[in-house]
Amino acid sequence: MSQLTLALADGAVVAKRNLIKIKRLPEVLIWTTMSPIMFVVLFAYVFGNSIQIGGGVSYREFLIAGVFVQTVIFGSTFTGAGLADDMTKGIIDRFRSLPMARSAVLVGRTGSDILYNSISIFVMTLAGLIVGWRIRTSPLEAIGGFLLLLLFSYAVSWIMAYVGLKVSSVEVVQNASFMFIFPITFIANTFVNQDSLPGPLRVFAEWNPVSSVAQAVREAFGNTGGLPEPDVWSLANPIPYTIIWVGIILAIFVPLSVRQYKKTTSR
Amino acid sequence: MAETNTGGALLANETEGGEGVTDMIRTSGLVKRYGKVVALDGLDLAVPKGTVFGLLGPNGAGKTTAIRILTTLLEPDEGSVEVAGLDVRKKPGRVRERIGLSGQNAAVDEHLSGYENLEMVGRLYHLGRKRSRARARELLDRFELSEAGDRPAKTYSGGMRRRLDLAAALVAEPEVLFLDEPTTGLDPRSRVQMWETIQELARGGSTVLLTTQYMEEADRLAEDIVVIDRGRKIAHGTSDELKTQIGGERVEVVVASSSDVPAAQAILETLCVGDCQFDEQTRTLTAAVDGGVEALGQVLRRLGDRNVAVVDVGLRRPTLDDVFLSLTGHAAEVADSTDGSSDGSEDERSDVREKEAVR
Ligand SMILES: Nc1ncnc2c1ncn2[C@@H]1O[C@H](COP(=O)(O)OP(=O)(O)OP(=O)(O)O)[C@@H](O)[C@H]1O
Ligand SMILES: [Mg+2]
Repeated sequence: MSQLTLALADGAVVAKRNLIKIKRLPEVLIWTTMSPIMFVVLFAYVFGNSIQIGGGVSYREFLIAGVFVQTVIFGSTFTGAGLADDMTKGIIDRFRSLPMARSAVLVGRTGSDILYNSISIFVMTLAGLIVGWRIRTSPLEAIGGFLLLLLFSYAVSWIMAYVGLKVSSVEVVQNASFMFIFPITFIANTFVNQDSLPGPLRVFAEWNPVSSVAQAVREAFGNTGGLPEPDVWSLANPIPYTIIWVGIILAIFVPLSVRQYKKTTSR
Repeated sequence: MAETNTGGALLANETEGGEGVTDMIRTSGLVKRYGKVVALDGLDLAVPKGTVFGLLGPNGAGKTTAIRILTTLLEPDEGSVEVAGLDVRKKPGRVRERIGLSGQNAAVDEHLSGYENLEMVGRLYHLGRKRSRARARELLDRFELSEAGDRPAKTYSGGMRRRLDLAAALVAEPEVLFLDEPTTGLDPRSRVQMWETIQELARGGSTVLLTTQYMEEADRLAEDIVVIDRGRKIAHGTSDELKTQIGGERVEVVVASSSDVPAAQAILETLCVGDCQFDEQTRTLTAAVDGGVEALGQVLRRLGDRNVAVVDVGLRRPTLDDVFLSLTGHAAEVADSTDGSSDGSEDERSDVREKEAVR
């Protein structure tokens, strides 16, 4: 077997172990699905009627893509917290003494978190449909939107994996990641049109990959209504721009996390 | 260096590998520091294939540190490490294929059942799905965990977890097994069962390195024993050799009144071979004796002759504490030494060794 297939096979074994844990601790899953519902409902009813986005598009339709993106990014803290928790447990010594790929614990964790994110996207979709959001494109395009969302969240979960290994404490991971997630998900076109932001924030928002994901997903669902085409390259070509970011994040954080995993001892 | 003056008999095994015996474990000059604490201070070990080797030492001696280095969990600061003929520092991956580890704390997943834990370990040793499953069932049976096999490990008792952890170490039938205090926390019955299991493994040709704080356990299981303290080897030999060196059984007497201590001391001193301790405060006198029960009879008779009232009297086997007292001149204690204080006690230690060598 090649190194890569071995790494994937070992990662799959670890992912299976993480999924068994979901079965044993269903509370965790219930809470992960509650928060997306809360986000959709809160945003739809609190801001839905008070913010005008222009271009004749209803704000409720506009913001759903933003809520999706923010939620999957929050979901990635789960990866970091899970790893930080694992690192304090005896099982890590077992993993380290086994002839498995050094990346397996990370590949397994980020892999099983794709399922978490899929579940929360599914729940959000249902909640969104209930509050009046609609997909106005073909199913194929919509699926493309969901896949891009998952791909981006996968990349972000590697950032969080690194943070989780670096700090090795569940509480610190959660607090540290909020400090990072709030700015990047708010200084973007997630909840407002980037054109309404003041100078430097606007430039940040235009080139923020969170904006390009939201833009791509919004287009995939046909929720842009009569909003003008953005003229900045990143938002005019949101899919390639997002994929470039995914590549950059993975190229940096996969090796960095694996190195950190090798370095960190469980005590 | 440390072991060169611990007595002639103990050097017998130093020249290993004579008849083409291959050492499955070999370390030389192993050093590991944690800041100021020197956990391992130039440890040399050699374990021939198919033997059980005991690493004996008190809390903080460096036993776990040694095991963690040997099992690729920790990088040493200095020295060389070889397991199954492979350089652990250069080829950790290859080493992992050939070892099994049962650490001091059970390394099992609490949320997974016993079966799921073992099956996962099998898969990660790349035994394949079918073989991993069969092996998991087999080991659950062998360690009497079949009934509990399908509930989460967090519902297991300490002893059951320990057994599950050992089972996990055995999944791939490794050539070299590392067991860090395998019987700590087990009840007497489970302890004896664990001993039998380890003996069985050794008969099957595995090489086993185990650590323990109990002389009795090393005595029972290990052909070859190294006693370490503060990261250094302080004695090495078979259990018979060690026992000869530290003296055999101890007579322990507790007298009723402290005014009787000198009288009792005089009696015990005449019979004492080697290590004698007298503690006025607890009115406890201990003497290493030859000829066990007979010596005890004599002590009792003489104490009676001189009308010394005795609260308690008995014969006991040497404990790790006795080993330490006799080898180092200080009682077993956690090595929390800073540089300054350890220098002092080392002088003390080499004094004792010289005395032993003269004897
Ligand atoms: N991660 C660490 N950081 C700092 N010091 C450590 C660390 N691990 C071990 N030590 C120190 O190294 C020394 C040896 O520890 P080790 O765990 O190897 O002892 P041990 O012989 O296994 O003891 P025990 O019988 O209590 O298990 C001790 O003084 C301990 O305090
Ligand atoms: Mg230990």
